[in-house]
Amino acid sequence: MTVLDFDARAADGAPPPPGRRRARRGGLLGKNPAGLLFSAPYLVFVAVVFAFPLGFAVWISFHDYFFAAPGADVARPFVGLDNYTSVLSDPAVRRSFVNIGIFLIINVPLTVGLSLVLATLLNQVVRGRTFLRVAFYVPYVTASVAIVGVWLFLFNGNGLVNEILGPLAPDPPWLINSAWAMPSIAFFVTWKQLGFYILLYLAALQNVPRELYEAAATDGAGRLRTFWSVTVPAVRPATVLVVLLSTIIGANLFTEPYLLTGGGGPNGASASPVLIMYQRGIEQGTPGVAAALGVVLVVLVLLVAWLQRRFVGGDES
Amino acid sequence: MRRGASFWRYVVLGIGGLAFLFPFYYMIVGSLQESPDPTPAGAFPDPSNLTLDNYVAIDERIDLLQGLLNSGIFTGGVLLGTVVFGVLAGYALAVLHWRGRGVTFALALLVQVVPFQLLMIPLYVLIARDYGLADSYLGMILPFAINSTAVIVFRQYFLQLPRELFDSAAVDGAGELRTLWSVALPLVRPVVLTVVLLTFIGPWNEFLWPFLITKEQSMQPLAVSLANYISNVAASAANPFGAVLAGAVVLAVPAVVLFIVFQRYFRTTNIGSGVKG
Repeated sequence: MTVLDFDARAADGAPPPPGRRRARRGGLLGKNPAGLLFSAPYLVFVAVVFAFPLGFAVWISFHDYFFAAPGADVARPFVGLDNYTSVLSDPAVRRSFVNIGIFLIINVPLTVGLSLVLATLLNQVVRGRTFLRVAFYVPYVTASVAIVGVWLFLFNGNGLVNEILGPLAPDPPWLINSAWAMPSIAFFVTWKQLGFYILLYLAALQNVPRELYEAAATDGAGRLRTFWSVTVPAVRPATVLVVLLSTIIGANLFTEPYLLTGGGGPNGASASPVLIMYQRGIEQGTPGVAAALGVVLVVLVLLVAWLQRRFVGGDES
Repeated sequence: MRRGASFWRYVVLGIGGLAFLFPFYYMIVGSLQESPDPTPAGAFPDPSNLTLDNYVAIDERIDLLQGLLNSGIFTGGVLLGTVVFGVLAGYALAVLHWRGRGVTFALALLVQVVPFQLLMIPLYVLIARDYGLADSYLGMILPFAINSTAVIVFRQYFLQLPRELFDSAAVDGAGELRTLWSVALPLVRPVVLTVVLLTFIGPWNEFLWPFLITKEQSMQPLAVSLANYISNVAASAANPFGAVLAGAVVLAVPAVVLFIVFQRYFRTTNIGSGVKG
């Protein structure tokens, strides 16, 4: 009934006696202990890369942790909530939470609205469908680092966007304007991720029963009415998922403020919490503070996700 | 009435398509311009202003080939780990009955919502400091070695195959390993492509993690060396935008081409199940 037992049998390929097979059903490891063997690499991976580091992050956040040479035996005393107090009293951290709030307020509704509308329209057309679907997800499959190059060129002080806007262009230009830096990043991320959410909505739309649309047509509902009363409620589970994923991805924001606005500039107006974690934890060598910031951020994200689920999810969730 | 509605549909979709594709077009045009032309006229290629110099310029600074090679090794390692161990786990989760199956499935779903920002500091401490894997391919690959979404996609795929396939193999006396090898694996080919596409964009486009653990330029994936170029040396180049855009084209082309060629494997039906569980 052990894994070794299975191995021996599989190796010589001998048929198992029929009686033994039935006896396995109630075995200690279940009917097919090989399942555990097959999943072992994945389970080890989850333990090493997720479970242990998660616990370790919390441990670091309560200690005065610092980098030392490998193998060196150094004291890293327990400091209670010190790291948390220094995180919460740090104006740069507070600013970064306000920034990510601005980001999410722009990014999440815009993502849900645009991806649902584009997916609904895409679902209704036949000609050019594949081309459009691919066009929509090309930004999603391209590295942020590559696209940032174009956006820097486009939104530069004398870039194409400002050339076209002329006197309407904000001054100083988008990415170095403290009022526009964070919204610019939010638009960038919305645009880049939209294709993925369109795919999610397309999947959801294909599961909407045709009869609902027929009933709406019989009742004489117009196009907009049908969209509001049939499509939107029918894809609500997908909406919950889109809201949740875009919030989690948004809270992980790092590459865009690091590159697009040159490290969270101007003057911290676009710094994200993860950027601050990088600066505190790795550049300045205080992993304890960074880990505490990570814990606070995750708790806040979970809270926001829970609230979203209550409000967007409606009754069924 | 119907014609009008369909017309407006295409107008909105066309504007959307243009908004998604224009920056890519502009990336290519800009990478070929001898001197950057940000005016609206600059969006149309001018034969007298076209050159490949920007590609030479960026290559002198960040060694594009080495960067592509590093990105390729990083991505290849992740793909290998994901396909080999993901098939095993997905098969076990879908077909076999064993203790801990429910917990393993729940873990695979849970792991997808664990935010990387919480893992960043401990993983950096463990991998770069304790294990001494900074500036190594193994250190880059490790946190991404098995994509959990891929595990779920494999599971969903095996679940929708007729159960009799596996049962009759068992009746014929094949062991679990043999059933996996000669029944399950030959059937798995279409979904492997989906998984490869789904997994590819993770490491190929990843910036934060390899950026944290590679300090030596010769080990950096292209996304990292290009980002360093953007934030450090771009200001000192003759045509910084041209050089940045040339690097961007080289980084973007493999992913975009892969997704255009294999677009039918990256569809809602294939990936929807993986994300929703």
